[in-house]
Amino acid sequence: METVRLSSTLSSGKSFLEKVQTESQVNVRDCYQCGKCSAGCPFVEAMDYSSHKILRLLQLGQIETVLKSKSIWICSHCATCYTRCPKKVDIPRLMEFLRMEANRQGFIGEKTVNIFSNLFLTSVRLTGRVHEMGTMGFYNLLSGHLFQDVLSAPGLFFNGKITPIPHLIKNRKVIQKIFANTKQRQGES
Amino acid sequence: MRMAYYPGCSLDGVGLEFNLSTRAVSKLLGLELWEIPDWNCCGASAAHTRDQLLALALPARNLALAEQEGLDVAVPCAACFNRMKVTELATRSSKETKDAISELIELPYEASNQARNLIDVMANVVGLEKIKEKVQKPLSGLKVACYYGCLLVRPPEITQFDDPEDPMSMDNIISSLGGEPVYWAYKVECCGASQTSALPKATVPLLHRIFQNAFENGADCLAVACPLCFINLDMRQGGVKKAFQGSYNLPIFYFTELMGLAFGVSPKELGLKKHFVDPMPLLNSKGILTRANAGREAV
Repeated sequence: METVRLSSTLSSGKSFLEKVQTESQVNVRDCYQCGKCSAGCPFVEAMDYSSHKILRLLQLGQIETVLKSKSIWICSHCATCYTRCPKKVDIPRLMEFLRMEANRQGFIGEKTVNIFSNLFLTSVRLTGRVHEMGTMGFYNLLSGHLFQDVLSAPGLFFNGKITPIPHLIKNRKVIQKIFANTKQRQGES
Repeated sequence: MRMAYYPGCSLDGVGLEFNLSTRAVSKLLGLELWEIPDWNCCGASAAHTRDQLLALALPARNLALAEQEGLDVAVPCAACFNRMKVTELATRSSKETKDAISELIELPYEASNQARNLIDVMANVVGLEKIKEKVQKPLSGLKVACYYGCLLVRPPEITQFDDPEDPMSMDNIISSLGGEPVYWAYKVECCGASQTSALPKATVPLLHRIFQNAFENGADCLAVACPLCFINLDMRQGGVKKAFQGSYNLPIFYFTELMGLAFGVSPKELGLKKHFVDPMPLLNSKGILTRANAGREAV
């Protein structure tokens, strides 16, 4: 294991923690490491750093370790941690922010999660709704998991639960405008 | 009673039984559902991890359309419900956010109306008394593990609904139908549905723990109020059971399907034949379908 000099990362991480607080309203210094968040986390076994460790790494300025972690992509934002946190640290909100920041910096800890989110939002932007069969089909292609859920597909199809034809809402232009307006606004800020 | 209705994408697809059963029971209860015209996806499960403003704007358009009608919104999907509550509260929190959202959706939106999940609508808008009155075939003998999952009750300051650790609204509805809710430990555990496609291996243990706990506490079946939970628990149960060599076989019901059954609606009309885990053997063994119209006294 490599040695890390915390004295330098503590100060270099400061500006990032300020950004975290401005954009997600979470003060990571509030955490006193009781571990209740990790104890109740349903996905803790799949994570490389459990949630209280993510908070500790941030407190110590280990920003890149956090942004490169899988944990920030695995969190399902179920809010068990936040509901039980004695210090009311909004960990799901923090995880959302960290995933967005990692994405901006090109760190994709779990590629499949990223592919799925991209396809989901592309479907919404193009049709106004999520087209389940299209999203799953493209997901299997792009993720390389070609046969995922194919055994369930006939059951879904013959019961009318999935269809190859997407439902197109009438006001698709309005939805595309919402995407464009949001993008423009984010660009300004 | 009249409410705006936001089915959400899943209720047109993998969760169509939820739509069928909701419409059937609402009709019987005199609850008029006005489907929001040309509604759009609320972005749940993806938008909030990409862009906070987009995650507010997508639900806001639907809420704004309902607000124009002066109606609160009945929302069956737990994930849609959660995103709508986030939007509603953010809009009320500051004029700055409210103006930003209105500009993005190019519609006025004041958040003067509210989103209500379907358990809340049935238990508190329609009311348990009214539900009891409609029971024709009581669910007596049916042991139900009521599964709420995460997004209906958490975080409590957003959802503003029931107890985040031990909610009882759905249990009370099942009792009103004559069924027997079981006491169990996993009613608010996350089933991992939002990650089940991208991270299936990570989700399998979550599902197994839910099934195992329901089974150990004597449940015959699970009742849910979310299309994402439903498809995860129903479609993946076979695989999970195999992976863990589980001895459970737990049909999954939307709570509205159980309401419909108790009200005497046919299984076909409720979509019960479309489940992966076939619920018919259980219903037949309990004699629920053949039960003579018992009326209210028997409940």
